[in-house]
Amino acid sequence: MAEVLRQTEREAGPAAHARWVRISHWIVAASLVTLAVTGVLILMVHPRLYWGEAGNDLTPAFLELPISRNYKHGGWENRISFFQDSSSPVSASRTFDIFNQNGWGRSLHFLAAWLLVIPGVVYLVAGISSGHFRFHIWPRAAELTPRRFRQEVVDHLHLRIRPATGGPQYGLLQKCAYCMVVFVAFPLSILTGLTMSPAVTAAFPFLLSGFGGYQSARTMHFFAFTALVLFVIAHVAMVVLSGFARQMRGMIFGK
Amino acid sequence: MKTQLITRRRALIAGAAGIGGLLVPRYWKDLPPTYGNILRMGDTLTYAAHRTLLPGQSLVREYSRSDITSFPATGTTSPGDGKQPLSEQYRQLQSGTFADWRLSVEGLVGSPGSFTLADLKRMPARTQITRHTCEEGWTAIGGWAGVPLSLVLGAAGGILPNARFVVFYSFDDWIDSIDLLDALHPQTILAYGMNGRDLPIPHGAPVRLRVERQMGYKSMKYIHRIVVKDEFDDGGEKGNIQNGWAWYTGI
Repeated sequence: MAEVLRQTEREAGPAAHARWVRISHWIVAASLVTLAVTGVLILMVHPRLYWGEAGNDLTPAFLELPISRNYKHGGWENRISFFQDSSSPVSASRTFDIFNQNGWGRSLHFLAAWLLVIPGVVYLVAGISSGHFRFHIWPRAAELTPRRFRQEVVDHLHLRIRPATGGPQYGLLQKCAYCMVVFVAFPLSILTGLTMSPAVTAAFPFLLSGFGGYQSARTMHFFAFTALVLFVIAHVAMVVLSGFARQMRGMIFGK
Repeated sequence: MKTQLITRRRALIAGAAGIGGLLVPRYWKDLPPTYGNILRMGDTLTYAAHRTLLPGQSLVREYSRSDITSFPATGTTSPGDGKQPLSEQYRQLQSGTFADWRLSVEGLVGSPGSFTLADLKRMPARTQITRHTCEEGWTAIGGWAGVPLSLVLGAAGGILPNARFVVFYSFDDWIDSIDLLDALHPQTILAYGMNGRDLPIPHGAPVRLRVERQMGYKSMKYIHRIVVKDEFDDGGEKGNIQNGWAWYTGI
């Protein structure tokens, strides 16, 4: 298959986006938008991040985000110490109603996650077996030179953007960005997401030990999401700068 | 050109059909209603996937006493406050330190009956220090003492062969249910103690459920009645689904 791909490109010029690339691209794009919106909605219910296994309104946070009225927590009553010593953990009852749309927010998040995982697996298998990763995504040894890298950074900073070919003929920085997204940010998001499932971690406890606990996984899930959002912003900007109509035609119709 | 018998597309379609074929006949009778709601269909997909792909009786991580953290009490924290239909009944039981409390075990068990708090405390106890995972996003580690639900069902004559679900009723007027895999799980207990003392009222006194492989809201507080059924009962307007929440929350 890989051999065929290389041969076709030699004979017929630059390849277009393969159909499976186009289909999985748009499904993942729709899924990612849904995951981002519902992810923020879920975070708004408890906009505090922690490190380790446990964290809640009665323990210190690693980061507090002012993104909902739940951020201003307070109004706890019936404070009781569990143990005798002065540093004992406590119980307290919440006295106020919180913002909470998780009834649909969580379920929509998980539905969108299925739409990420299923095409994601197809994309990985097809990407390896077709040679797409090897020939288009993974930077070649010859182009991975400091000089080339520096040149591409300078070109991007001056907005000297190569015009679009409408196919997978990617620049060095572009390949690096796609590698980070495909092989780091997406897998990290999915694995830290699974680590927040008590049924999954009962079966696979190494997820909890690997990420340093439930709340650490939740915090990393948030930062992986932030990285993906930054990527999407840069990606859309580059599509516009390199020729929006040409790129959209390439990714929708494959020509 | 040679005709390919197995193309990638055919392999993918066959794989998807195979997974569907495994999931559907095994579970279609026992799946929660979705009322045509696509979100609830997604919940059902997750439930079927977990039940098919994950080992049935794996235990959640247990912690040591020094790992115990502060623990917010949310939802109902004082069922005797007069806001619920059973408030008066709860207040009377509370003033008698729950000596008159009874757990009624009904439905598809060998000999339906009721248990006092002392009855439950006489049964073999299990203590476990586990992480409570709230759907809101927070977690807390607490120590629980109680009796495995499987022992209580056994003391009521054991479940009958056509049993499918265990339904719980609480003093704050909720109805919830779990399947038999969770009901008979070794860490699914009816807890009467928390962190070495009697279970405090804000955390569900006298007895609460602990379902450790699901989100916190499945661990129902203030339990007074258990019914074993042969079909799914969504609890109507007192249950999760009709209130817009997932029934299965292993995720």
